[in-house]
Amino acid sequence: MEERKKLLEIENLKKYFPVKAGFGKKQYVQAVESVSCHIYEGETLGLVGESGCGKTTLGRTIIRLHEPTSGKIVFDGTPIYDSEKKIAVPMLPYRRKMQIIFQDPSASLDPRMTVGEIVGEALDIHGLFQGKAERRERINELLDEVGLNTEHSNRFPHEFSGGQQQRIGIARALAVEPQFIVCDEPISALDVSIQSQVINMLEDLQADKGLTYLFIAHDISVVRHISNRIGVMYLGSMVELAESYELCNHPIHPYTKTLLSAVPIPDPEKTRSRVRQPLEGEIPSPINPPSGCRFHTRCPYATERCKQEFPKLKEYGPGHYAACHLLEDGKL
Amino acid sequence: MEETKKNLLEVKDLKVSFFTPAGEVKAVDGISYNLGYNEVMGIVGESGSGKSVEAYSIIGLLQKPGKVVGGSITFDGQDLLSFDEEQMRNIRGKDISMIFQNPMTCLNPVYTIGNQLMEALQCHDDKITKEEAWDRAVHMLELVGINNAEKRMTQYPHEHSGGMRQRAMIAMALISEPKLLIADEPTTALDVTIQAQILDVMKDIQKRVNTSIIFITHNLGVVAEVCDKVSVMYAGKIVEQGDVNDIFYDPQHPYTKALLASMPRLDEDGHERLIPIEGTPIDLLNPPQGCNFGPRCKECRKICLSKKPPYADLGNGHISACWLHFMEGAAKKEEA
Repeated sequence: MEERKKLLEIENLKKYFPVKAGFGKKQYVQAVESVSCHIYEGETLGLVGESGCGKTTLGRTIIRLHEPTSGKIVFDGTPIYDSEKKIAVPMLPYRRKMQIIFQDPSASLDPRMTVGEIVGEALDIHGLFQGKAERRERINELLDEVGLNTEHSNRFPHEFSGGQQQRIGIARALAVEPQFIVCDEPISALDVSIQSQVINMLEDLQADKGLTYLFIAHDISVVRHISNRIGVMYLGSMVELAESYELCNHPIHPYTKTLLSAVPIPDPEKTRSRVRQPLEGEIPSPINPPSGCRFHTRCPYATERCKQEFPKLKEYGPGHYAACHLLEDGKL
Repeated sequence: MEETKKNLLEVKDLKVSFFTPAGEVKAVDGISYNLGYNEVMGIVGESGSGKSVEAYSIIGLLQKPGKVVGGSITFDGQDLLSFDEEQMRNIRGKDISMIFQNPMTCLNPVYTIGNQLMEALQCHDDKITKEEAWDRAVHMLELVGINNAEKRMTQYPHEHSGGMRQRAMIAMALISEPKLLIADEPTTALDVTIQAQILDVMKDIQKRVNTSIIFITHNLGVVAEVCDKVSVMYAGKIVEQGDVNDIFYDPQHPYTKALLASMPRLDEDGHERLIPIEGTPIDLLNPPQGCNFGPRCKECRKICLSKKPPYADLGNGHISACWLHFMEGAAKKEEA
């Protein structure tokens, strides 16, 4: 196998948010805890997990919309953040290369700006045109790419349906011709019949422009469809990472197994005959996460070691990583 | 009388309209179905297809400017539409209850869970003592899988997680052992692992207390999991209805087929490109003259754009409203 180019690498990335906990006390929401992974050029890395597992925070921290607490981010060979070497480069030039599509299309578009202004703003900031005519042409081109009409550029966001609003958000991300886009639940606010339109469009754009995606969603079926590889997160840490077919068909981490068995399949016989692995209890608070492996409080196989030591991602098959002490000891 | 006893709920040609300043919106436009005793029916559809409005009109919670403008709802032999508010209140929460989508907004934040559970019992039974109500409430909470039920009774909604609150909602809806339970997207706001727990609880309880359930959702996977019968709604009409196996393994209406083909599935083998449904849902203020799905349908013919299609009976209670069923092979080609 030839060595593929890694577009983005993160190492031990952490993001804690401070919360008030009464007089003189300081506590932290440990949203992202020591996550390391990389994304190859031109691929889609999917990120799944339940609400509150830190997948959105991770996506935003990678492009430094949240400043990381510690760790290292390398984009295209250049470190853009490194807490040990105290590197934190100015992000403006990198915003041309890394963009984001947000979850709620209506909330992420300024209601007082026309579509043309929204899409054109990025062009203005980065000075990507000469003369008004070229700017207008570029905006029309972008709207056309995402399946909107050019006359839409004079309208306001509220005049559009949810699916169309999401297309505007995508056009805005594409305006600067980025290499890498974080898609943060881009379709979960949309209707079923519109979701597939947007998924197909994202796939076409990727093939056209050689884009790299980090695709975040809680719907595993969607992530399974669009991603080359999938990372599973639980309470801020990454528990398993593998090729999407491999992950969905041969999960090895106990949490991934439970998660997959809970997804309903639109096939009455298959879904009813399946053996479900019940998951007891609730997700613990990220303010006081369990010691050691964060899943040990709900894991049916947990041992003494799981309670004390934080497991690291290790490779168990080609490209198949998991963070579990039991796998390491060969007990699963 | 014997005839009507076969079905718990009979909805005939129900029409619900919203009279807005911009004009009449026919949110539910002539739907009919029967629900047997101890049966679980799923109603699937996109947002705005009228699935919730239909449920609200059964339980009498339709808000102005919405109004039932035609049809009948017969519940257990009684005509629900002729009931006044007082009679409706006697039935609501006792014979028909409802679980709402968002458990965070449907529980009263200033009363304890126990208080709210017991209220559901005491409202409909003057003689029940406080102790009795308490015991039954505790028992119900245990039934829906809440540990430490005695303690949970004295806690307020904010002390419970989302999944726990939805369990409490289910307990509240089922405490008076209703004949009919309407579940309006009960798991949409929850994570998949919690959804799986809730679905298990609902299936289990349905068997124990013999309740019929109308399960409203847009998630076809959930329907496949819990329902016996499915109605697929599009723009205020039921386009296809049938046994759960018929709908999933032998869908006949182009909309149902398109919906199934447009969904990414966890159990697919390779990477198949999704086949999206082009266009957007219709504007209910200006519905098309012909079939509501016509403008988005890949198999649309001339007649589909001018006349509404009738139902074709495909046997075994499987019906589908599409002109294609009324065309012979040759005519199909000619028309296209």
